[in-house]
Amino acid sequence: MSSRELILDRVRAALRDAPVVAEAPRDYRPAGAAPPDLDVLVDRLVDYKAEVHRVASAEVAATVAGLVAEGGAVLVPPGLPEMWRPEGAFADDGLAPDRIAAADAVLTAAAVAVAETGTIVLDASPDQGRRVISLLPDVHVIVLRPDQVVASVPDAIARLDGRRPLTWISGPSATSDIELNRVEGVHGPRHLHVLLLTDG
Amino acid sequence: MSTFLGMPTTAPRGVGHLRGDRTFPEAARDALKNDQLRRNLRHATTTIRGKSGKVIAELPDWQSLRDAGSAIKAGVLAQLPELLEQLEARVTEAGGVVHWAADANEANAIVTGLVRQTGSDRVIKVKSMATQEIGLNEALEAAGITPVETDLAELIVQLGHDKPSHILVPAIHRNRSEIRDIFLRAMPGVDPALTDDPPVLAAAARRYLRETFLSTTVAVSGANFAIADTGTLGVVESEGNGRMCLTLPDTLITVMGIEKVLPTWRDLEVFLQLLPRSSTGERMNPYTTMWTGVTPGDGPQKFHLVLLDNGRTAVLSDPAGRQALHCIRCSACLNVCPVYERTGGHSYGSVYPGPIGAVLSPQLTGVADNASLPYASSLCGACFDACPVKIDIPSLLVHLRNRVRHPAAERAAMAAAAYTMDRPKLYASAQRAAKLARIAGRRGRGLPPPLSGWTAGRDLPEFPKQTFRDWWAERASHPEPASHPEPASHPERAEET
Ligand code: SF4
Repeated sequence: MSSRELILDRVRAALRDAPVVAEAPRDYRPAGAAPPDLDVLVDRLVDYKAEVHRVASAEVAATVAGLVAEGGAVLVPPGLPEMWRPEGAFADDGLAPDRIAAADAVLTAAAVAVAETGTIVLDASPDQGRRVISLLPDVHVIVLRPDQVVASVPDAIARLDGRRPLTWISGPSATSDIELNRVEGVHGPRHLHVLLLTDG
Repeated sequence: MSTFLGMPTTAPRGVGHLRGDRTFPEAARDALKNDQLRRNLRHATTTIRGKSGKVIAELPDWQSLRDAGSAIKAGVLAQLPELLEQLEARVTEAGGVVHWAADANEANAIVTGLVRQTGSDRVIKVKSMATQEIGLNEALEAAGITPVETDLAELIVQLGHDKPSHILVPAIHRNRSEIRDIFLRAMPGVDPALTDDPPVLAAAARRYLRETFLSTTVAVSGANFAIADTGTLGVVESEGNGRMCLTLPDTLITVMGIEKVLPTWRDLEVFLQLLPRSSTGERMNPYTTMWTGVTPGDGPQKFHLVLLDNGRTAVLSDPAGRQALHCIRCSACLNVCPVYERTGGHSYGSVYPGPIGAVLSPQLTGVADNASLPYASSLCGACFDACPVKIDIPSLLVHLRNRVRHPAAERAAMAAAAYTMDRPKLYASAQRAAKLARIAGRRGRGLPPPLSGWTAGRDLPEFPKQTFRDWWAERASHPEPASHPEPASHPERAEET
């Protein structure tokens, strides 16, 4: 008997009393219950030590350039809109991890943002790139369009495709392991900047 | 023969970390002598209770989320065979390989074999209760493979040659200056001028592990959930060590208890709200990674999922006990427990400490092997109140106490009673809190510390309306106690408040 059959047999034997379970009640606020509030998003992002910049699309490249030191290397995913790229940015074309880690900053788009929790979700679309590029550089800059912001976690789940590789980001890397206080900056990017577009 | 083989079975002895060397009262007596430990624990649990209470109060629908979470988990157990088969099919379609491990020994053998196939003699690990439960690190080391724990708290535990003492924050028993001392003593290449400033300590861990992340080709993780209808797995974390392990290596091996499966993608909308607010007291944890099988060109190109029984089917076979499998390992019940706050996690002997450990460990091993744990509680009910999936831990404790009545258990109970009676202060405050909770009814406010952080927006407990002392007194006068305590008919005595 394979362990697969063994375990499934055990589970069936354990459920001999055939528990009948009613449909789960879902009386919580569902997707679509409320419109997103951009001010709540900004408040939550700032609360978790992300820096928020409200800029027009045309200002993205210059804003990013201003966030890295003179001549700093900015990594971008291959599908990032051309107009957002700061001068001298280099695109990921399957770079080795040490090349990615050497970038001063990485600039990506996003898939969805949740106002209530201050969370931004990346789904590895071409304007966001492979998961590793937003992980190794010390500074992550995310450009967010207002129409990507939703109010709640159920709204985000409704919009996302679970089969894509997803990274949910709420503030910079942090730990609560020392006396249960949140301390920013462990293994992921220690600085998170969010460029919230004013012109969609 | 096959029906015999297919009977639900408890976790085997001699492997893993579900059984302590000593009974709870014996271990607790030592812990109670350690004032530093108690100060560290009190500080940490007070901090987290405050944070958690605050962010839970922000959600107007917290109780509805708890109801949904509890019902979804009950549904998972009822259709577990179908969900596991569906999960296996989806993961396989997406390029993953699914393995089934009947117990800790089999899981360790599977993982060790998979690591050997890669040729690597080192694995990076994301904190995972399942791999601690089965003693995977010891098995890997015995096979000449070095497991590197990458979670800061696990690293502190590993460098300090210590044991984890909390589900979420395994080094909760250490304060910042103790952590600095451990790093100075055991972290290769550490700056001798290291201070005990938490950001400085975090930066030291970052430097120490960076090269290891970039050069290790195999990672081992647990999983917070797996979605049957999409085949998606998820790991909820804070530091980014999880992202490193789940993204950088060529091979990813995930070990997950069979009860962690969820039916649908949509169910995540409930658990991603319940878990962070109950565990770290954040609106959302810094990072959550979700992956489905293998994505060409992005992340590990080989993915193995090991589905673990190791006593879970034995828990499942008890209709009253099976709700312990609803647990999402948030650790809220630890943080509100007056017993945990005084004795610390090591006293419980198992990797699962605190109230959930007191009901889960004896069921996984069989009650005889952890006979004193169901007594490691005052039945004050704070854990039930705090649990995001509404596990009725106090009733489960009473249920388990009644399942084993032999001399060893009696002695354990006697010892537990003695030490609680000896040190009445914290118990008095817990019992006062519990009593106030009863008086306040469904939506009380103003519980005294240490429970004050938990009351906002929570249902107050529907636990057995009898304190440990009442229960003990009654038990002592009637050798065969009622299977379920009746409500105490007299008000608590004044000296208890
Ligand atoms: S029993 Fe409930 S409160 Fe305790 S860790 Fe599990 S889910 Fe959290």
